[in-house]
Amino acid sequence: MIPGPFELVRATSVEDAIAALVEHGDDAKILAGGHSLLPLMKLRLAMPAYLVDISGIPGMSYVRVDGDEVAIGAGTRHHELEKDAVAAAEVPLLPYTASQVGDPQVRHRGTIGGTVAHSDPASDLPTALLALGGDVVVQGPEGRRTIPLTEFWLGFFETALAEDELIVEIRVPRTGSAGWAYEKFTRRANDWPIVAAAAVDGRVALANMAGSVVRATATEEALARGASIAEAAALADEGTSPGADMHADQEYRRHLARLLTRRALERAAGAASAAA
Amino acid sequence: MSILGTRVVRTEDPLFLTRGATYTDDLVDDRLTGALHATFIRSQVAHGRVLSVDTSAAREAPGVVAVYSAEDCTDLDPIPAGLPMVPAAMSRPWFASETVRFVGDIIAVVLTEERYQGEDAAEMVSVDIDTLPAVVTTADALKDETLLFPEAGTNVMAAFGEPEPADFFAGCEVVVRQAVVNQRVAPVPLETRAAAAAWGEDGRVTIFCSNQGAQQAKAQIAGWLGLDPALVHLVTPDVGGGFGAKIGADPEFAMVAWLAQKAGRPVKWVENRSENLVGMLHGRGQDQVVAIGGSRDGTVEAYSLLVDQDCGAYPRFGPVLPTLTMLMAPAVYAFPKVHAQARALATNTTSIGAYRGAGRPEATAAVERALDLFAAEIGMDPAEVRRKNLLPDFHEPHTTAMGAVYDSGEYVAALDKVLDAAGYQELRAEQARRRENGDVKQLGIGMSVYVEITGADTGLGAGESAEMEVHPDGTATVLTGTSPHGQGHATAWAMIASEQTGIPVDKITVIHGDTDRIPRGGGTMGSRSLQQGGAAVHQAATELVELAKQRAAEQLEADPADLEIDLSSAGLSVRGTPGAGITLAQLAEKEPLLVQTRFEAGGPTFPFGAHLVVVEVDTESGKTEVQRVVTVDDAGTIVNPLLAEGQRHGGIAQGVAQALLEEVLYDADGNPQTSTLADYPFVSATELPSFELVDMATPTPMNPLGAKGIGEAGTIGSTPAVHNAVIDAVAHLGVRHIDMPTTPMKVWRAIQQAQQEGTH
Ligand SMILES: Cc1cc2nc3c(=O)[nH]c(=O)nc-3n(C[C@H](O)[C@H](O)[C@H](O)COP(=O)(O)OP(=O)(O)OC[C@H]3O[C@@H](n4cnc5c(N)ncnc54)[C@H](O)[C@@H]3O)c2cc1C
Repeated sequence: MIPGPFELVRATSVEDAIAALVEHGDDAKILAGGHSLLPLMKLRLAMPAYLVDISGIPGMSYVRVDGDEVAIGAGTRHHELEKDAVAAAEVPLLPYTASQVGDPQVRHRGTIGGTVAHSDPASDLPTALLALGGDVVVQGPEGRRTIPLTEFWLGFFETALAEDELIVEIRVPRTGSAGWAYEKFTRRANDWPIVAAAAVDGRVALANMAGSVVRATATEEALARGASIAEAAALADEGTSPGADMHADQEYRRHLARLLTRRALERAAGAASAAA
Repeated sequence: MSILGTRVVRTEDPLFLTRGATYTDDLVDDRLTGALHATFIRSQVAHGRVLSVDTSAAREAPGVVAVYSAEDCTDLDPIPAGLPMVPAAMSRPWFASETVRFVGDIIAVVLTEERYQGEDAAEMVSVDIDTLPAVVTTADALKDETLLFPEAGTNVMAAFGEPEPADFFAGCEVVVRQAVVNQRVAPVPLETRAAAAAWGEDGRVTIFCSNQGAQQAKAQIAGWLGLDPALVHLVTPDVGGGFGAKIGADPEFAMVAWLAQKAGRPVKWVENRSENLVGMLHGRGQDQVVAIGGSRDGTVEAYSLLVDQDCGAYPRFGPVLPTLTMLMAPAVYAFPKVHAQARALATNTTSIGAYRGAGRPEATAAVERALDLFAAEIGMDPAEVRRKNLLPDFHEPHTTAMGAVYDSGEYVAALDKVLDAAGYQELRAEQARRRENGDVKQLGIGMSVYVEITGADTGLGAGESAEMEVHPDGTATVLTGTSPHGQGHATAWAMIASEQTGIPVDKITVIHGDTDRIPRGGGTMGSRSLQQGGAAVHQAATELVELAKQRAAEQLEADPADLEIDLSSAGLSVRGTPGAGITLAQLAEKEPLLVQTRFEAGGPTFPFGAHLVVVEVDTESGKTEVQRVVTVDDAGTIVNPLLAEGQRHGGIAQGVAQALLEEVLYDADGNPQTSTLADYPFVSATELPSFELVDMATPTPMNPLGAKGIGEAGTIGSTPAVHNAVIDAVAHLGVRHIDMPTTPMKVWRAIQQAQQEGTH
């Protein structure tokens, strides 16, 4: 419960942080809110020799409209997203989902960049982001590049991010009045999702049904064909590969994926018709 | 008006809520200057032969002062089994050298200058273990194929009672039999275990530790270390919760004292949460079979209970627990025949100890589940079945089939009160509507009626000591043998002392948990504190007033019989002569005004009550939401309703936790699956509604306060009420039983299975 020895590097700019990553390579880890990394370090499942703290870099926390998209700074805390007026108007799925993460303490520390980079299949905001679609903007020694969210998460704790790159921004489409819903299933209010389903604009993403967050493609295709919500939701677990733990075995997880997808789609449809 | 019975706000709280308490880890004490930190190396294997322990690399690690393992510990005898019924071979070595018996067994320890260095160094101790098959369940243990202690020839630590006679249910129209799991849970006190020890030049050792009874822990440690008890001074600073798991010394406490002697420096140990979840005692852990028989009119004729108690690897309180379960098996009912049998078993898991209720909740859970099964079988309302079988009101001692002597009981009244308060008929009507509509969210109504035993004679007597001294400045000190760790004794004991003497509560300091100042004490456990320790303070204050009258009589040249206490001035005055008197403080100026006393209770008390719980179950997902918890908990006369309600609240919460959420899990090889709080789902406020507490107070004659225990009642009543409510919510779908914790997955699966069986 005490991390192994490490050096702390306090980055003052994105370039500064990248330089530290280049210098220390494999031995370095970015530290943002610390709410995923520090627990791993305390259990000594992660033992980085260098921690590059990016929380002191100015200008990494913002939510703003940029053309058809909403741009969110990687350093934006879950709590800031939850309370953000621009986000509420332009992509209401995100602030709502942010409000469902952990407890207030977690939401005041955790950052959107951190949760995206961490690639835990049981996380809330990545599920909502995947349903929204959009891009991750990353920066490395060679400059910036953009990775579509659909190609970003490769598996459990695995992403398309290179060792010397930093996430600087997340970009999602403005959804305006499109119906949306986030259905999170937990045993206790503060828990991680056992399974969750995000629905917006005919797209559905699932938490904890595979090595990374995944789209319920069979459901989406059925909806596009004009199937009913019930029919489409019944296909939600197709192509998923859920794990088993003390809260849910595979069969129950599959059931939850179908149930939550149905509930999310019904709620999204209700919200859309209320807005219309 | 007497201060007793009023809601005096806890005097402890301003400090606890601002600066914080002073737990063992927080101590700033000259004796602990330069203390080394102990970090234990524990077995990661549940059962195996230790082939080698190599500490050489760790010895070279930064900050390491010493590393000890079995080969360094030749001066101590193993920790004896300690219970007469348990085979002597089931003793525990200080360091496992040949066999490890659970994940958490101690193999070695490192002493470092700084705490963090200990975790770094511990990783460098290399341990080679040849894995043996692990005994993980009571069913495995009973097979006696793999033995934890081959020299004992069995895994049975203790056995009680005979098998159920073949004809036990002969003549019963209906008999229902059901296996019921009362699962293993972790106590999870907010303060984990901690100890610090320092040896003085006088050859005495001072041990600070987080514990529920300094005097008992001291006696145990002195015995284990072969020390003259006079050489051991044990202090329990503020203690952040225990729930029974801090009763008795843990081996680690004694080892810290032993290490301090070996190293010649003070030593401190504070465990982290993962260590706590495998190293601290667990609770419950019973596999039960209940059987209940009777007639279709609802009359129960016979009840039988079989208990297989999981005791974990080494005997602590585990083997005693089923005796309490058996004692309370007849519960609140007039069953003509009751049978009980129990086996206490060793498994390759963390040892089991007392946990809030310790054996009694398991008895109540069993019988309350059995009654609901019986009611479902004959199609009768569970409240009706209970009413038919409850013992009628009694105010003279009642002796049960198991030999318990209940002081008094009004069980029917308790049930009626809770049903009225909850609006039982309307709830059933609402339930019927939802069933009729086929709603997704179904209502479940569960109840329990309970009686428990508190303030039982633990072998040290059913009494407690107290000392009270009034000082010349008008303040007073009360010394008690109880050991508060959240209960609020500083407030309640001051109220009791104030009521007799008139000294204001805020001028009375309550001191506990120091064996030099308070050599005799029973600690805080078994809901004994108020009825014994509070009564002792009452007696001390009464005796102090008598002593003061004798002294004042001389000074005032009056007859002691003419003197009376004047509460407004905290003094004595001559009856009929207002103004002519002397205060207790003035008396204390001349010579110390102090009494030491010991109160002996008339016997244990039997608090009772009834709980009614309403849940909503999402039949599509299986998830339960607790909507209402209505309880009647009769603890006799209430000294401070605020404190009593706090005990009820905490107790109810832990009952809800066991029924819905908490369970310590092991895999088939005995690896713990719940050794962090990310995996062990302990209950928090977000899962609980506001509780509806109904008053009922039948004073006991066993002590002058009329008080019975309240520390555990909430848990005893709420666990089965919640459990029954969940099953009731889905009973119309054909579900008869779901084991605790009633997780969403289990509830969902039970519905699936019932529907499949229904369609075949
Ligand atoms: C008690 C508790 C409960 C929680 N409950 C939930 C929950 O219910 N749902 C949920 O979704 N999450 C939950 N979380 C996780 C929380 O949301 C985390 O804060 C989040 O997952 C990680 O964000 P962070 O800023 O804390 O990242 P950190 O822990 O600082 O970092 C996580 C990983 O991302 C990397 N990283 C961080 N920022 C960047 C960046 N800008 N570019 C590249 N790499 C980066 C780090 O190197 C590290 O590998 C919980 C956490 C805790 C402690």
